[in-house]
Amino acid sequence: MDGLNIPLNHILLLSSLLFCIGMLGLMIRRNIIFILMSLEVMLNAAALAFVAAGAYWGQPDGQVVFLLILSVAAAEVAVGLGLVLQVQRRFKSLDMDSANRMRG
Amino acid sequence: MREIIWLVPLIPLLSSLALMLGSASFSRWIIGGLGAGSVGLAALLTLLSGIDFLAQPQPYQTTLWTWMQVANFSASISFYFDGLTLVMMSVITGVGFLIHLFSTEFMQEDASYARYFAYLNMFVAAMLILVMADNLLLLYLGWEGVGVCSYLLVGFWYQNSANGQAARKAFVVTRIGDTAMALGLFLLFTSLGTLDIQQMVVEANNLWLVGDMLPVVACLLLLGGAVGKSAQLPLHTWLPDAMAGPTPVSALIHAATMVTAGVYLIARTHGLFLLAPSAMMVVAVLGIVTSLMAAFTALMQSDIKRILAYSTISQIGYMFLALGVGAWTAGIFHLMTHAFFKALLFLGSGAIIHCLHHEHNIFKMGGLRSKMPVTFWSFMIGSAALAALPFTAGFFSKDQILLQAYQLPEYGIWLWLAGLLGALLTAIYSFRLVFVVFYGKANTQPDKEVGWRMAMPLSALCLLALIGGYFIIPVQDVFPALSEEHPAHWVEYISISVPLIGVAVAYLLFYSKRLNINPLVQSAVGSKLGEFWRIGWAVDRLYDGLFVRPYYAVSALLKSEPVDGFYGLVVSVNQCFNRWLSQSQNGQMRWYLVSMVAGLILLLTLALQISPEAS
Repeated sequence: MDGLNIPLNHILLLSSLLFCIGMLGLMIRRNIIFILMSLEVMLNAAALAFVAAGAYWGQPDGQVVFLLILSVAAAEVAVGLGLVLQVQRRFKSLDMDSANRMRG
Repeated sequence: MREIIWLVPLIPLLSSLALMLGSASFSRWIIGGLGAGSVGLAALLTLLSGIDFLAQPQPYQTTLWTWMQVANFSASISFYFDGLTLVMMSVITGVGFLIHLFSTEFMQEDASYARYFAYLNMFVAAMLILVMADNLLLLYLGWEGVGVCSYLLVGFWYQNSANGQAARKAFVVTRIGDTAMALGLFLLFTSLGTLDIQQMVVEANNLWLVGDMLPVVACLLLLGGAVGKSAQLPLHTWLPDAMAGPTPVSALIHAATMVTAGVYLIARTHGLFLLAPSAMMVVAVLGIVTSLMAAFTALMQSDIKRILAYSTISQIGYMFLALGVGAWTAGIFHLMTHAFFKALLFLGSGAIIHCLHHEHNIFKMGGLRSKMPVTFWSFMIGSAALAALPFTAGFFSKDQILLQAYQLPEYGIWLWLAGLLGALLTAIYSFRLVFVVFYGKANTQPDKEVGWRMAMPLSALCLLALIGGYFIIPVQDVFPALSEEHPAHWVEYISISVPLIGVAVAYLLFYSKRLNINPLVQSAVGSKLGEFWRIGWAVDRLYDGLFVRPYYAVSALLKSEPVDGFYGLVVSVNQCFNRWLSQSQNGQMRWYLVSMVAGLILLLTLALQISPEAS
């Protein structure tokens, strides 16, 4: 491993920072598109942690899991966008708070 | 002829059913004919079998069919016919027929003519079953049957709610006694294994000794039933109120027949009572105490029917006294003569009430002697018999009772003295009634004199009340013989003279008014005592405070269902939590997420706090 030598700690810090930003976005955004994007950020934060850990241990597993997360994210976006369309059609809005019919 | 006695209760029963089902299509003549005729036919059959029985005085038992059979218990519909049954049947059908005949005129204008005769016939049938029953279970059927008919007839004019109250009171109070009696039946069956009266007495004599515990308990329970039905202390309060029914009903049910069922029950099971001398003692004391209390109360009443009601209680007290001292024959004899003269008095009062526009207060009557001669003579003869003036029916029977009581060792003399006091009071209150109602100045004018259908039963009963004392009832084989010795002559002379003194006192007080006791009556103590007697020794008030009010209080408490309240609390606490927690399910995804994150942070914090020790 030559070139850039970034300590694992930094990467993990970045990764958790990204995760928290994503989660914060999930909690405070009302627009469903932004919620999906925040979700994407969180997934990528996790993926980043895997890649970093794989590089640190010199194992390919991290990158394997990254590929898995990539495909999961792609599938999630496909389903999520479908849901976005449905929400838009039904509620004529992208506000997530208006879709609260399942209250107890 | 005695093979056909099963027809005797059947005929009134069928007539009752016919009147219930087909009354709409019957005319008044048919209803009256059916009602009175069926009882007349029963009386005729009783007469025929009675003649047959007197020629050949052997008890006759007939089983119609088995009623029920469970394991080793079996009860059958079977009748037992002996001298005692014959006396009772004659009274029920004979006096019953006269009262039915009287009713055809008395109830002439009533809208529910058919209903009246249906109930009355059903009563006669039930009463006949009661006295003819061979086993105690069938007797109990008749016992409850007469109770139901009494309830229906006391509340006959049900549009007035007070009559309904009186009917319910009669039913509930007698039910207390009936419960005791049912317990007595259970006890007798479990210990003797049979409810057959004759067999039971034999078994009891084999199993028990005189003075054992069990027969005393069983007899006291049976006495409880008798006390309820016969309106004796402490269950006598229903009878004065039962006067709310039509007067012929009071004559038949509440004077001549049903209220003497208790006397019959004790006489029928005398084999058991002989094993329990202490229970017999209780019977005698209850009888004489009731008799005196009721006599004092009768002195102060102003309602003609209530006077007669208290007088009935008092006379049944005499019968209980007779049973208690072992004078079975005298008790049943008094039952019969009492049925004659008390039915006469009640029918006479019915005639007065009928002709005086339903007036009950004796002080609003007066001077009826010349206007209603038939009724006057009925009352005169009935009162003479009730007061036991010499050579009337009541004289012979009451005299026998008092003499038998006197002959009892130890406390016999006290019973005799108390009985004499009762006889004195009886004479005073019965002639007070006669003098106030028939003499003096007229306060209300009667609008008619009785017709033949009323006059005929009155005259027949007058005759019976006069000569009834010479009858010899055929019960010598039923009851054990008593000692033949007679007490000293002076005892008899006193017994004869006491009623005469009573009549003289009544004459001085209420006719010539020469004896003035007004200062005594109006004094502080006198008026209080008089009022105390007038309300029947405040027994009703006592029961009201002891039982009725606490019962109402408890039911008012239970009305709000406190037990349900507790379980309701559990439910409402659950519902409260449910509402509170379901608030969190608000359907807002971001809210879920926040709570998830909060939970995660909480768990992580906890895990971090615990883990240092683990690692």
